[in-house]
Amino acid sequence: MRHATSIVGLGVFSFLAILAAAFAHDNAFANHMWVLAIVLVISVIVLLRRENFQRAAPVDPSAYMDGPVRYGVIATMFWAVVGLLVGVVVALQLTYPALNIEPWFNFGRMRPLHTSGVIFAFCGNALICTSLYVVQRTSRARLFGGDLAWFVFWGYQLFIVMAATGYLLGISESREYAEPEWYIDIWLTIVWVAYLVVFLGTIVKRKEPHIYVANWFYLAFIVTVAMLHLVNNLSMPVSFLGSKSYSAFSGVQDALTQWWYGHNAVGFFLTAGFLGMMYYFVPKQANRPVYSYRLSIIHFWALIFLYIWAGPHHLHFTALPDWAQTLGMVFSIMLWMPSWGGMINGLMTLSGAWDKLRTDPIIRMMVAAIAFYGMSTFEGPMMSIKTVNSLSHYTDWTIGHVHSGALGWNGLIAFAALYYMVPKLWARERLYSMRMVSWHLWLATLGIVVYAAVMWVSGIQQGLMWREHDEQGFLVYSFVESVAALHPYYLIRSLGGALFLSGALLMAFNITMTILGYQRDEAPIGGALPAPQPAE
Amino acid sequence: MSDKHVDEISGVPTTGHEWDGIRELDNPMPRWWVWTFYTTIVWGLLYAVAYPAWPLLTGSTEGLLGYSSRSEVRKDLAEADNAKSGYMTAIKEKSIDDILADEDLRTVAVAAGGAAFKMNCVQCHGSGAEGSKGFPNLNDDDWLWGGSADQIQQTVAHGIRFTKDGETRDSIMPPFADVLDGDQISQVSTFVASLSAPVQNVSLVEPGRTVFAENCAACHGDNAKGNKEMGAPDLTDAIWLYGTGEDAIAAQVRAPRAGVMPAWDARLGETAVKELAAFVHSLGGGEK
Repeated sequence: MRHATSIVGLGVFSFLAILAAAFAHDNAFANHMWVLAIVLVISVIVLLRRENFQRAAPVDPSAYMDGPVRYGVIATMFWAVVGLLVGVVVALQLTYPALNIEPWFNFGRMRPLHTSGVIFAFCGNALICTSLYVVQRTSRARLFGGDLAWFVFWGYQLFIVMAATGYLLGISESREYAEPEWYIDIWLTIVWVAYLVVFLGTIVKRKEPHIYVANWFYLAFIVTVAMLHLVNNLSMPVSFLGSKSYSAFSGVQDALTQWWYGHNAVGFFLTAGFLGMMYYFVPKQANRPVYSYRLSIIHFWALIFLYIWAGPHHLHFTALPDWAQTLGMVFSIMLWMPSWGGMINGLMTLSGAWDKLRTDPIIRMMVAAIAFYGMSTFEGPMMSIKTVNSLSHYTDWTIGHVHSGALGWNGLIAFAALYYMVPKLWARERLYSMRMVSWHLWLATLGIVVYAAVMWVSGIQQGLMWREHDEQGFLVYSFVESVAALHPYYLIRSLGGALFLSGALLMAFNITMTILGYQRDEAPIGGALPAPQPAE
Repeated sequence: MSDKHVDEISGVPTTGHEWDGIRELDNPMPRWWVWTFYTTIVWGLLYAVAYPAWPLLTGSTEGLLGYSSRSEVRKDLAEADNAKSGYMTAIKEKSIDDILADEDLRTVAVAAGGAAFKMNCVQCHGSGAEGSKGFPNLNDDDWLWGGSADQIQQTVAHGIRFTKDGETRDSIMPPFADVLDGDQISQVSTFVASLSAPVQNVSLVEPGRTVFAENCAACHGDNAKGNKEMGAPDLTDAIWLYGTGEDAIAAQVRAPRAGVMPAWDARLGETAVKELAAFVHSLGGGEK
């Protein structure tokens, strides 16, 4: 009875979910609990069908535990396609408002589905599966906690499904990037603590004398996200069987808490965690040492110390007191070099291996990712300067900035990590097709460039239209005129997103074929095979 | 592992550690990186001295430059108000006709009205004041309640069928579904349509004229030119608020719709209302 505990546990929780649906305080909560009950009952059925009563094969304690990593790779790929697809849909909804289908599929509910889909479902799964892959190999230790890693994987998928269905049902805390309601927040807290236990336990039992730099970044990401999540989601439910809660903070304090969280979700989820990814997969793929150990220490501590203060720059020229605005801006400027430390270490690690750019599209994808990282981490501090911010704030410029970072940096480095891991995890000689990786890179890069460039134009135009005034000092444009002016840009933006999505679909096909064990018959990239390094 | 290991390609020593085949070079931090980092820190400190930055028990340090975003806004707004104050006083004190007669005042009033229009009126009348079904186009010379400057001012100030305002413009067309039978409604609709466009069913026009004279002329006039005193539309022009053609007219005869416009006097004040009237009057259809 390998799954006995899981089956009993899931059965009990299915029953509790049905009870919660029956006694729910509001309709939305009842519907949401039915969704939960159905998901849990399906899990019970699946587990029962897979049950066998033979004694399980003994686990080899010296082998790496790659089961949750393999599932994580597939989940990452799946959620990437879903999240990006919803992104293209919301982009089209902005272009053609008739595509808003009330009430479940209007922009207001689809937008958090897109942001959570790409940040938490796609990037979150990428972070969890790469971190579990990296920590085992750089610690030479099997994952700590036995099946706890499976709990982390499935628990996190449950969080995603509950968050996503909640949004479509209209259940939302309205806190950006933290929309799930209180009961989903509590569940995520449990899963996240389990994740911390697995990760930290593996580091504690490591067989290497030192902790590798990638693990510092992953650990900073896990610990800080736990802290951010707990504080930002402090709230009081209206009923313990209801879907609504009220924040513990109010007014400008609430706004500041929200953006302290929101900015550091970017800082620790999408920057620190992904730098951990970079610090393992770039040296592995390039087969070169990390450029500078000293730089990695200094930029790590500088980055995590400075990032946490920069959130107030999201609230320039609001009710937030001037001193806090100054704080946000000054720390953002000082954050520029610590951010670039990661870029330097990533790019310079390739010194001695630049020739691989000709022959290895995965390295090319990593270089593109680091380049977009460098660009976004320059653009960010620049946009935090109050003079620039007075033009850029609330405009599409911000959207463009976020996407050059998210698509360029997070997307490409995560895709490259998947391409690196898949042949190793499934013991395949190579990927199904390297030429498709190259196509993926160019489709994605073109998509990002189109997206970011068109959002710069539309954002700056929007900002200028809002502030344009005539000789008498009166505003020239109505808001709706600025909206109408953006239509062509929104259309081109959808095209950029569709290009990026098509690249991800190509990846999904390529990885699926690799897992199934096929190899495409194709000429190697760059003509001849790379010359062997001269032995000195 | 503590023996010094040197990377062959770069000739740089590594730290001696190795994780899953990854080593780390012992390169120094790039000088330009270190100095740029120091510069941003020094700049940050200077900025924090010059501007409000350090939180205290109540409030914060004010900074050497004495900057505050609130006083900045107050100053800018005061400057803008000062620059216009002469005009604003004049607009406030003078009648709309006097404002329109003075070229300088008219320019300012129309600009100010345009800005207020973009904030308050475009939601119904459209950003080009072009209107839409049920919301009048303000660019043409077809006026329900009169197109002279003071008539427009009256409409903007007190609204239309806006019950919260005692002086609002009010009128209601009764439904004729129970008064006229189906044939009569077809006849009168065809007649009304024929006043501004050719109709298919010519035989209905003459009976329709009779129905019109008996039921409609009281408000819309014998010649169907309407009556601005009671907001009765002119039916002879080709401008239709609720749709073109016999069917749309018949629907309006059976169960008339009538729009509501809020009163803006209490919300925007008399000066802004005058400016709005000047703007709308200037759109092209303004009457003497």
